[in-house]
Amino acid sequence: MFDFLDSGRYDLLGAFWVTVQLTLYSAIGSLIWGTLLAGMRVGPVPVMRAFGTAYVNVVRNTPLTVVIVGCSVGLGQTLQITLGGEDFKTMGFRLAVLGFIAYTSTFVCEALRSGINTVPVGQAEAARALGLSFVQVLTLVVLPQAFRAVVAPLANVLIALTKNTTVAAAIGVAEASLLMKEMIENETSALFAVFALFAFGFIVLTLPMGLILGWVSKRVAVKR
Amino acid sequence: MKLRKASAAAAAALVLSLTATACGGGSGSDGDDGKITIGIKFDQPGLGLKKPDGTFAGFDVDVATYVAKELGYEAKDIEWKQTPSAERENMIANGDVKFVVASYSINDERKQKVDFAGPYFVAHQDLLVRADDSSITKAEDLNSKKLCSVTGSTPAQNVKEKLAPKADLQEFGGYSECLTGLENKAVDAITTDDSILAGYASQKEHQGKFKLTGLKLSDENYGIGLKKGDTDLQSKINKALEKMESDGSWEKAVKANFGPANYKNDPAPKITEGS
Repeated sequence: MFDFLDSGRYDLLGAFWVTVQLTLYSAIGSLIWGTLLAGMRVGPVPVMRAFGTAYVNVVRNTPLTVVIVGCSVGLGQTLQITLGGEDFKTMGFRLAVLGFIAYTSTFVCEALRSGINTVPVGQAEAARALGLSFVQVLTLVVLPQAFRAVVAPLANVLIALTKNTTVAAAIGVAEASLLMKEMIENETSALFAVFALFAFGFIVLTLPMGLILGWVSKRVAVKR
Repeated sequence: MKLRKASAAAAAALVLSLTATACGGGSGSDGDDGKITIGIKFDQPGLGLKKPDGTFAGFDVDVATYVAKELGYEAKDIEWKQTPSAERENMIANGDVKFVVASYSINDERKQKVDFAGPYFVAHQDLLVRADDSSITKAEDLNSKKLCSVTGSTPAQNVKEKLAPKADLQEFGGYSECLTGLENKAVDAITTDDSILAGYASQKEHQGKFKLTGLKLSDENYGIGLKKGDTDLQSKINKALEKMESDGSWEKAVKANFGPANYKNDPAPKITEGS
C-alpha cells in the first residue's frame, strides 16, 4: 500500500524539513513582531495604540491564503520585492515566512496581551512609583510574568502555525503539502494512504510540541 | 532510502484513519428520474467553465452534452457536477457521477481504479508566452527561463524531473496567478496542456496578448472516465464519440472553444479504450 514511498521518487523527509524550517523562522519572527505589537497595544502613545489595534484587527481577519498569495503575487511578482531571493524557490520561501510572520504575530500579540492582564495592576503602579519608564516597566516587570502565563496559548499558536505552513504550497514552496499534491496527482490508487501519511507526519511534528510546551507551561506558571 | 520503516508506521496510521472515514456515499443519482449526472471541471476556460449566469461552456461540456444525447438524455436532463482532479476516481467509484469529462488523461495508474472511454482528444504539454516573445524554440531553452505552473500538477513535475530541471519554476494554486505573472513579466512562460492554455488565451480579456509555442512536450490522451467494469456504458460512449467525429460536431466544438487562440489541434484520435 505504501510501495510508492520506496520508489525513491519522493523526498518525504526533505519536504517535511522545509515545513520545519518554515515553522521555525516564522515562529521566531512572529514572537518578536507579536511582542512589539503587544507593547504598542498596551503603551501610552495613542498613535501606536491605534496602529497596533488596526494592524491586529485587519491582518487577523484576513484569510491566510489571501495574505500568502498577496505576498507572492503582490509583493513578489508585481512590485518585484524579492527579499534578496535569486530564484523563485528562495524568494517564495522568504515571502511565505514574511506572510506567516505578519499573520501569526497578531495571535501572539493577543495571547500576550491576555498574559499582561494576569499581572496585577499594582505591580506596574509600584514600578512606575519607583521611577521606571514604560519600557522598563514592560520589559523588567510585566512581560517576564506575562510570558510565563501564556506558554500554553502560545503552544496553540505554534501548532496552528505548523499546520498553516501548508498554505505555502499555494505559492509553490516545496513543503509537505506540495509533495502531497504531487503524490495525489501520481498515486491515484493510494489516495487514502497518501492522506494518512501526511496526517501522520504532522502529528509527529505537532504532538510532541503540545506535550512539551504543556509541561513547560506547568513548570513556569506564576503561582498566585 | 530508509523509508520502509516509515511506510510501516504510516500503515498503522492508515488503519486508524480508514475506520474514521466510513463516508456515507452513493446517493446514486442516475436512471430513475430521467436525469444523468456528469462530472466536469468548473474552472477551466475552453474546457469546462461555469459562467456567471450558471450555465456551462467548454469543449469537455460540448463532448459530454453530445455523448449524453446519444445515450438518450436531453441537455436539460444533465446535472453537472464539479469533479476536481484529486476526487475524480472516488466520485466515479462512489457513483456520484455517471461519467467524467474533465481533461482526464488516460494512464495505467488511473486505470487501476476506473475505466476509460475514448480518447476523445489528444493534448500536449505546451508553453504559453507573451505574444511578442519568440525566444523559446525547444525544450532546452527552458533551462534559463522562468516558468509557472500549477502546484503539484503533472506538467510541473515533468519540468522538474525531465524537461528542464534547471528552469526557475514558480508553482501557484491556479493558472490565473500565473497569467498575472506572465503579463507583468515576472515569468516568461506558463506550462501545462495546450488545450488548457488555449482556453485561457481565447478568453476575451486575454485575446492577442499571449501565444502558444506549439512545442509538443508530452502526449495526453483525454478519456471519459467511468465506473470500472461498466463495459456496456464504455462501448456506448465510444460509439457516441465516433459518431461525433464523423458528423463534424467534434471539429465544430474544437473551433468554437479553442479557435481564437490560433491553436493547431491534433485530429480526432482513434478510440483505443474498450474491450
